[in-house]
Amino acid sequence: MKIHIPNAVWLGNIDPFLKTFIPTNSDKLKITFNKKWMSIHPMVLSMIAALGIKTRPSKIECEKLEAKSKHYLKRMRLFDFLRISSGITMKEHEPSGRFVPLTQIKDSAALTRFISEVTPLLHLEPKHAEPIRYIMSELIRNVLEHSKSKYGAVVSAQYYKKSNTVRIGIADTGIGIWKSINQSYSPKNDLEAIRLALTPGITGTTRREGGTEQNAGAGLFFIKSIASVNSDFFVIYSGKAMYKLLKRRGKKITLHADPFEDRHSKKNNLPAWEGTVVGIDLSLDTTQEFSLILKLLNGTLNEAIKERKKARYKKPQFI
Amino acid sequence: MIIKLFKLVGPFAENKDIAAEIRFKKLIPAMDKHKNIILDFEKIEGATQSFIHALISDLMRKYGNEALDKIQFKSCNNTVKSIISIVVDYMQESD
Repeated sequence: MKIHIPNAVWLGNIDPFLKTFIPTNSDKLKITFNKKWMSIHPMVLSMIAALGIKTRPSKIECEKLEAKSKHYLKRMRLFDFLRISSGITMKEHEPSGRFVPLTQIKDSAALTRFISEVTPLLHLEPKHAEPIRYIMSELIRNVLEHSKSKYGAVVSAQYYKKSNTVRIGIADTGIGIWKSINQSYSPKNDLEAIRLALTPGITGTTRREGGTEQNAGAGLFFIKSIASVNSDFFVIYSGKAMYKLLKRRGKKITLHADPFEDRHSKKNNLPAWEGTVVGIDLSLDTTQEFSLILKLLNGTLNEAIKERKKARYKKPQFI
Repeated sequence: MIIKLFKLVGPFAENKDIAAEIRFKKLIPAMDKHKNIILDFEKIEGATQSFIHALISDLMRKYGNEALDKIQFKSCNNTVKSIISIVVDYMQESD
């Protein structure tokens, strides 16, 4: 596998970065960096760390870091995940108020501990902390329940003062969305599987409306909706497909059950990521009250179920 | 029967495994005996849809309207009220 870190990757311009990822020779990992400057979205960091933990350190080739921002990678604990020496010495900073370093979460209890620690780390007002805590919990729990990855989830987050945004990245190297959804549905490709996974009421665990007692099939729809209401980016990458929710245009907020009806971009021919990666931005300037988001969401969710039920109604046979 | 959730899940109710345990060990036996149940959300700041779904959706399926007649939700803040309403509506729409 080869991965190159360019000078700046954020969700808006993540497509070219994903195109350069080379997934072949999966027992080896080569990482190269931009020589001058790197500004990396936590989604990218989580991806590299997720690849790092499943690769033997002796099979990891990491180019010597020259960029000024190399300390950032050390502070985010990337080299701990790669289990190689960075050669960088630095004074550890108190992380409070700025970032959540790369963290591996392999079980439910670890997730609960992580969630209780994460909000103080980001030092946010309740209005902002609430959706962030919610998003992280639901996304990581999705990994634990559906990815079947023995390495669990790798998560990181960073607060960006200039844009007043919290950016979050979560990656796993599990079965991916297509295999997960394919247990109950038959998506024709990775993009169709992502579309189904984002549609409320659809879960890989059952075809039954309303889900099972443990899975409602609404988790990803909730998260996409939080991003949509706040007019933030949301990216999901699995297999060869990527779906990107783009920022809303105009002030009118409409939530859609079908993610393809939202303002978005999509790709279905990217280098294959074995597993799932999610990136999300939360602009603190536009964050709506969480209870308002939930109110909007309720209507859309019920409409979606009604429509799906109606589509299955038997029609009278008139002769 | 009163179930104080804060003691079991802390300020953010997100652990579905604990929700399932509460359902199996406390809610289902109480429903089988037609007991009234109070789920007390005092000191709970937030909850995920997944947690609430894992806690009550199966009861709504198994016991129908009786589940909502027997279960009361106490001391919920606006966020928690919204999440519970979403799950309850969702399950009723789904059936």
